[in-house]
Amino acid sequence: MIQEPLLDVRNLRVRFETPRGLLRAVDDVSFSVAPRETVGIVGESGSGKSVTMLSVLRLFPPLARVAVSGQVLFEGTDLLRLSEAELREVRGAKIGMVFQDPLTSLNPALPVGEQIAESLRTHRGLSRVAARRRAEELLELVGIPDPARRADDLPYRFSGGMRQRIMIAIAIACEPKLLIADEPTSALDVTVQAQVLVLLERLQRELGMSLIMISHDLGVIAATSRRVLVMYGGWIVERGSVEEILERPGHPYSAALTRLVPDLDQPRDEPLVPIPGQPAPVVGPVGGCRFAARCAYVMDRCRQETPPAVALATEHISLCWLSADGVRPAPAPIPAGGRR
Amino acid sequence: MTVVPPAPAPAAPLMQARDVTVRFSVRGGAVIVPVDGVSLEIGPGETLGLVGESGCGKSTLGRALLQLVRPAAGRVAFMGQDLTALDGEPLRAMRRHMQIVFQDPRGSLDPRMAIRRIVEEPLRVHRLAGPQEAARAAREMLALVGLDAIYDRQRPSQLSGGQLQRVALARALVTRPKLVVCDEPVSALDVSVQAQVLNLLVDLRARFGVAYLFISHNLAVARHISDRVAVMYLGQIVEEGPTDALFARPRHPYTQGLVASVLRPGLGARDQLAAAARLVAGDVPSLLQPPPGCRYHPRCPFAQERCRTEAPRREPAGGGQVVACHFWQEIASGTARPRPAALATPSA
Repeated sequence: MIQEPLLDVRNLRVRFETPRGLLRAVDDVSFSVAPRETVGIVGESGSGKSVTMLSVLRLFPPLARVAVSGQVLFEGTDLLRLSEAELREVRGAKIGMVFQDPLTSLNPALPVGEQIAESLRTHRGLSRVAARRRAEELLELVGIPDPARRADDLPYRFSGGMRQRIMIAIAIACEPKLLIADEPTSALDVTVQAQVLVLLERLQRELGMSLIMISHDLGVIAATSRRVLVMYGGWIVERGSVEEILERPGHPYSAALTRLVPDLDQPRDEPLVPIPGQPAPVVGPVGGCRFAARCAYVMDRCRQETPPAVALATEHISLCWLSADGVRPAPAPIPAGGRR
Repeated sequence: MTVVPPAPAPAAPLMQARDVTVRFSVRGGAVIVPVDGVSLEIGPGETLGLVGESGCGKSTLGRALLQLVRPAAGRVAFMGQDLTALDGEPLRAMRRHMQIVFQDPRGSLDPRMAIRRIVEEPLRVHRLAGPQEAARAAREMLALVGLDAIYDRQRPSQLSGGQLQRVALARALVTRPKLVVCDEPVSALDVSVQAQVLNLLVDLRARFGVAYLFISHNLAVARHISDRVAVMYLGQIVEEGPTDALFARPRHPYTQGLVASVLRPGLGARDQLAAAARLVAGDVPSLLQPPPGCRYHPRCPFAQERCRTEAPRREPAGGGQVVACHFWQEIASGTARPRPAALATPSA
């Protein structure tokens, strides 16, 4: 099935000038997203997962000293070469975005209905009345009861889960081709998380969107994505199907991720196997593998030479010297009763 | 290697709270009751997990037990004394036996103080050690939490979140307390650092025999570390029991929903997600207008007329479990039928 990808990111590199030196936030990142596909990106803070997505739309803070290179092909057009005005036609219209914290992303002083309508008037040229009607439909679509009345309420009148639904309504208002969800449920309670993820999945199906799901939570990724990219230190260190990454991880970092988090199916007396140290920003000149300092399998070579991308199976690639030697890290212990 | 006594709490609990109620006045003259008649026990060296979603009152309860927030009603017996009857110096004297660790160490540690001084401070405040002895004790505690001597002159801004949480633990344990309230101690940490701090909490418990009240919104984390778990919803404990029993056989529909909502990073995650969304509808209602009767009824798939009017009592449900639900037996035996998913019945 050769299909033109909707989004094709090639050799993306993002660097920030900081007082402490050049921060290599994203380095040589390439991936693509097919129409209607969901791709998961998993990683910790500083892994580059959010910066990758912000660079797709060039959403950087105004004073950031940032250098972006590579290509971000969206429907064949390189977004990195567009002018600010041209890019505005894409943001919110063809690519929608949902962030972690709806309270800081919504305008606190504007009724939610108007915030949805704003996007429709700007991008779709709808009249005030038509935009308002459509905003109410969208609120209903994302599960806000009594939308005609609630459209006039300010964001603080809604619960966290409701606010995230409103953010989603804004993001999909112009029926984008691609929705980027950056930790969309991390600030929500667990019982609300399930509802929001189910909503995202339903909307994706109904609107025929592609979805990029960014999360630090492998459970969220496993529940929503078929393909996953694992990021660490600005690199995609492993990519593959969710099955491959969970059951047969090739990179020691992915293997560790599957063991790190307490699991409801794990025996309780089993100690967790942490990764030593903490994720550190990649500042200044670097050589070798960025995970080397924390890796249980580190070899001399890892500290000097950039690891190669090794194909382990169809579309399963690990950026690791261990993989080059044909060695797999110990898989996550299989709990009694088998992994569900 | 563990010195933790088995659950349930032994005959003489370390802490025993009875009908603790906390009231806050909020703007507009309204009163909210974030903790409403809560009773619980914590045995010596025991870890009680307290789980629930944001706004359910679990942090307020933790503070109320330590008298950081004074309860409006109820009693808290600790080491043979009623803390609610104490004030001033006698209460201060008890504080060395009960400490707290917060979610955000950057916000709870003095940014201008050297790390070693932060750990020494409780010893000075409680006049438990002279300067040299305090310095030695602080170094020892820092070593026990895995921070080398090089950190002792650093300041909080020079440490990572994980390191700072180790400092907070060293500070909490330096007076050799009997109870530490851990309020979401790993929630602000990266997952790779979370596991380090959880393992450390387990080691320290074994070494000092300290009891924890472990407050967490993360069920898997609470399950990992707790001997018993209490589930809180809108100011009340709806279910409580030994950890394994509670997770194997959650009796309260809310506990069932919570457990089902933890997405397992396995291959069934997709189906699990759909099932979880069917089981729990809507959001947590506001404390300003708690629903009458059983507070969970607007979200409960099993709710019936009685649930809307009559608050359920806590009943023993076997195996040390206690549950506050009118219909837990019918639900357990499968004779109560869940309503089909009410996907769009959230209250704002």
